[in-house]
Amino acid sequence: MILIVAEHAGGKLAKSTLEMVTAARGSGREGPVTLLVLGQGVTGVAKEAAAVADQVLVADLPALAIYNAEVWAAAATQIAREGEAHTVLIGGSRSGREYAPRVAVKLDAPYLEDVIGLSAQGDALRAQRYTFLARVTESVEASGPMIVVTVKPGAFAPAAPAAQPGEEYDVDLDLPAPRVEVTGRSVEKSSRVALAEADVIVTGGRGVGSPENFATYVEGLADAIGAGVGATRAVVDAGWRPYAEQVGQTGKTVQPQAYIALGVSGAVQHLSGMGKSRNIVAINKDAEAPIFKVADYGIVGDVNQIVPALIEAAKK
Amino acid sequence: MKILTLVRQVPDAEARIKIQGQAVDLDGTTVVIDGMDEYGVEEALRLREAGADVEEIVALAVGPKRNEDALRTALAMGVDRAIHVETDEKYDAVALSRIVAQVAQAEGASLVLVGGQEADWDSQALGAASAERLGWPQLTWTNELKVEGDTLTGRHDVDDGNESFRATLPAVVTTQQGLNDPRYPTLPNIMKAKKKELRKDDPATYGVTPTVKVVGAEIQTRARRNTMIDGKDPQAAAQHLLELLRNEAKVIA
Ligand SMILES: Cc1cc2nc3c(=O)[nH]c(=O)nc-3n(C[C@H](O)[C@H](O)[C@H](O)COP(=O)(O)OP(=O)(O)OC[C@H]3O[C@@H](n4cnc5c(N)ncnc54)[C@H](O)[C@@H]3O)c2cc1C
Repeated sequence: MILIVAEHAGGKLAKSTLEMVTAARGSGREGPVTLLVLGQGVTGVAKEAAAVADQVLVADLPALAIYNAEVWAAAATQIAREGEAHTVLIGGSRSGREYAPRVAVKLDAPYLEDVIGLSAQGDALRAQRYTFLARVTESVEASGPMIVVTVKPGAFAPAAPAAQPGEEYDVDLDLPAPRVEVTGRSVEKSSRVALAEADVIVTGGRGVGSPENFATYVEGLADAIGAGVGATRAVVDAGWRPYAEQVGQTGKTVQPQAYIALGVSGAVQHLSGMGKSRNIVAINKDAEAPIFKVADYGIVGDVNQIVPALIEAAKK
Repeated sequence: MKILTLVRQVPDAEARIKIQGQAVDLDGTTVVIDGMDEYGVEEALRLREAGADVEEIVALAVGPKRNEDALRTALAMGVDRAIHVETDEKYDAVALSRIVAQVAQAEGASLVLVGGQEADWDSQALGAASAERLGWPQLTWTNELKVEGDTLTGRHDVDDGNESFRATLPAVVTTQQGLNDPRYPTLPNIMKAKKKELRKDDPATYGVTPTVKVVGAEIQTRARRNTMIDGKDPQAAAQHLLELLRNEAKVIA
């Protein structure tokens, strides 16, 4: 079977889970597509999962209330072994890429990381993935009785519900006690469209000048056109914006229909997170800024002048 | 406590990448120590300077001859000695973690520092895979770290924000930008580093084979429209851009 560890948040199945179902069904690997739902109070999530999978395994346990790499790795490993999974798919989120390697080591399986394409080649599994800051697409191949894969968010289309919902089964797990104690948590919530789901993203860089300008220009334009808000690392490091908005190598990878960069230089680490956007728009006062090399539409100008005009025109 | 800190030598972020045959070819490319690993080297030194009981700091590199330069950089920054498992074989993170775990065990390390994401292969897996092989907990994407006795506290990024944590050594910590500002090696320290031990290990002694094979590579290029709009008249420029986004790109209503 193909085992997918479902990603969910706030009591809802994440889009990334539906994307993994597409990756699994299109991979040419055989067997039923099984979703494993880990958490506490996840009955609703399990229902949503059943709509797209052949079967759903639900571990609704207090020990799974909070994500922990070692606990999640143990859970996925047990189910993969017991269910004799040959392929284990895990989300390419920060947490997914954190515990998936542990699963691979436990299963003595090869690990294909953050893949954007997946196809069976006989007994082997071939995958495409971005390397060198997303400037290169590599094809990699692994074989073995079990293979662990993480799937890059946004790389596959979300699966539509199947005609027949899958059966749900409760499973019990033997879990280790977490050894990392969480002593505090700061959740960064944005009232706007989540970056991963946004069709249009307006991102501000240091060139917008100040946190106040960021609110006026970046949030102002985003609100005028119904877009999500992104930020560069420079802006996040300066404390202007929360980390949740950071786009780039060490932030989020996004692929919207349009990415509008205001006062963003276009450093390679930033490009690696947004360079696959369908349309890139850049407004920068420096005609030599690297962002213009990847732009579909560019304005050489001052954000202080161009953006207010844009907001006004967009509102009309 | 002994600290093992990993370093890799990677193409400079701005360097041009070329493909030869089915793989990326780094011949003639400017290579530098991976920035993510540099934070680990710096953090090890700072833990010692902050008074943690650090017996020794050892830098480890696995890879081709050019990795010597990364190890020399680490030695010049202040680590005590270096180990180079010299090989032209390309190990994926899961295979590589076998070597890391063996070295950590042989050295009696109780803290292993690894860069959060490789700047070349973009993998984030080495820290977690090494932790699993050692049977240790892991803290990834760490941006604050303290060691008192064998208690580790700090802060790290998670899916939807960040967390403060407490754990007990031994552990694996992955590092990232924001954790610290790596120091530049000074000339006297560069001179001193030349006398420090840089041991060469034979990869065969670790008995490791890669588990993932690279079968092809392609440079990503995408033709962009590059339509430039004159920004001298802000109103006209804004109007023009909106028209293009609405009618040509059809991305906004
Ligand atoms: C290991 C590592 C990981 C990293 N990860 C990330 C990441 O995930 N995301 C990320 O973004 N960066 C990342 N970086 C940092 C990256 O290298 C850049 O430093 C960063 O992206 C720069 O942000 P910026 O463009 O906002 O700022 P700057 O480089 O300061 O650029 C500001 C731009 O604004 C323009 N400008 C100034 N004033 C105006 C004005 N009035 N009107 C119009 N334009 C103006 C300037 O011409 C300039 O181009 C990483 C770096 C490293 C080493």
